[in-house]
Amino acid sequence: MAALLEVMGLKAFYGQTQSLYDVGFEIPTGGITTLLGANGAGKTTTLRAICNMVRTDGTIRFDGKNIRGMATEEIVRHRIAHVPEGRGTFTTLTVDENLRIAAYTRKDKQAVKDELERVFTYFPRLKERIQQQAGTLSGGEQQMLAIARALMLNPRLMLLDEPSFGLAPLIVLEIFRILRRINEEEKVSILLVEQNAALALDLATHAYVLETGRVVMSGPSDVVKNDENVRKSYLGY
Amino acid sequence: MEQLIQQIASGLANGAIYACVALALVMIYVSTDHINFAQGEMAMFSAYISWQLMSWGMSFWVAFVLTVLISFAMGVLIERLILRPLHNAPVLSIIVVFIGLLAIFNSMAGAFWSYLIKEFPSPFPKSSFGIGGVIGPHQLGVVVVTLIVLGMLFVFFRYTPLGLAMRAAAQNPQMARLVGVRVDWMLALGWGLAASVGAVAGIMVAHIVYLEPNMMGGILLYAFASALVGGISNPAGAVAGGFIVGILENMVAYAGNQIEKATGIYIIGNGEKLTVALIIVIFVLTVKPAGLFGRVVVKRV
Repeated sequence: MAALLEVMGLKAFYGQTQSLYDVGFEIPTGGITTLLGANGAGKTTTLRAICNMVRTDGTIRFDGKNIRGMATEEIVRHRIAHVPEGRGTFTTLTVDENLRIAAYTRKDKQAVKDELERVFTYFPRLKERIQQQAGTLSGGEQQMLAIARALMLNPRLMLLDEPSFGLAPLIVLEIFRILRRINEEEKVSILLVEQNAALALDLATHAYVLETGRVVMSGPSDVVKNDENVRKSYLGY
Repeated sequence: MEQLIQQIASGLANGAIYACVALALVMIYVSTDHINFAQGEMAMFSAYISWQLMSWGMSFWVAFVLTVLISFAMGVLIERLILRPLHNAPVLSIIVVFIGLLAIFNSMAGAFWSYLIKEFPSPFPKSSFGIGGVIGPHQLGVVVVTLIVLGMLFVFFRYTPLGLAMRAAAQNPQMARLVGVRVDWMLALGWGLAASVGAVAGIMVAHIVYLEPNMMGGILLYAFASALVGGISNPAGAVAGGFIVGILENMVAYAGNQIEKATGIYIIGNGEKLTVALIIVIFVLTVKPAGLFGRVVVKRV
């Protein structure tokens, strides 16, 4: 399987501070890959680097094309959807507006309508709340809205930053079930950053472990899951 | 009683002007967190442009539409050429730029058209417009034009994809980029729209205060007061604030006149209107910093 996203020798900087030193990984087309690591290891920064939201150096190739240094809004047009940490919704806009804004770049009105209906099959709860302000939704619903909005971009690759953050365990399970369906039914490849390593390793086929801005280990999820260091550091048994 | 109604009606007309300028201020504030001190002078400059177009023989409404379009382009250009390079500059630098723009527009208008006071026509026919004894033709016209402009803006922001993208860019620029909105252009469009709304206010008020380079000075202060009363981050609030301030200042003057008539003691009158506006600003800032319709922003630290 050809790699959809190839990252090589990626460095990232916040002002003078370097936070990624040498990050490299590949995401196979149609797969789910997870980035694991402790707080501050550079997981979120890696996602932000892919979308050019921090200063970067190195190579980021998407579908064979170098996208490093492109403006964020252009990268989105290449069908990479980023769901940022902390429920990235427009809180003062309604659910409907939050979803329609993602289709703002698209001309075909009928396709957008169909897409909206399809998105609602994954998130029926959002349909009930369609005229509500996003800020009045529960945490879980906001996270669902953020994922639904990413889906409205008709992405080939979805970057997810800690979708489980601050949510009740049952909601988290529901969201992860939906993510698996999205991956299988919509053929969307997924790059998942997650604190909950056990959950992430169950969903993902491949895993990379980051430590202070470098990849220290990688492999199929089953292998990583059974690695003693990973078990001790991230799985806690 | 008739005098009271007249005062309220003329307050509405003034309020409509304040509402437009306040809205222009708020439109830029919500997307950039800056108050454009040059908003009033830009409106004044627009009024001169329409005067120039009319003196070249255009009819009022042709000049009006053309001026609104020119002002839009002017707003976009100012954002792109002057403010874009400063988007990471400290707030004080930007304030200095705004004050610089204020001075530049003021002296350019003086240089091009001289500081002599000019008369500015009203497009509203005296015979058929206005309600006798209540509101004059121009005053009624100002209110109507303002309401049409505000209505169009409301429809634009609420129901068009571009309006939605502009609201999204103002609310959360980074997230807007992540859904493909070209945020930089949205800011420039916001500047253009603000300049256009300001132009409407400038053209409408020029007949009342006469055309001269300093004509918007006092009005900008009233607009600040309006925006603050309504809540500086709330466009609808700014509009409401404009009408409130417009009526309030006339009510204060009216009350002052009544007191003087009854007791012979002069306390407050027309001359103190601006003072009243400034007292409103200070009062709102101390008692209700978020304004009547504003929301208190609570930040977790």
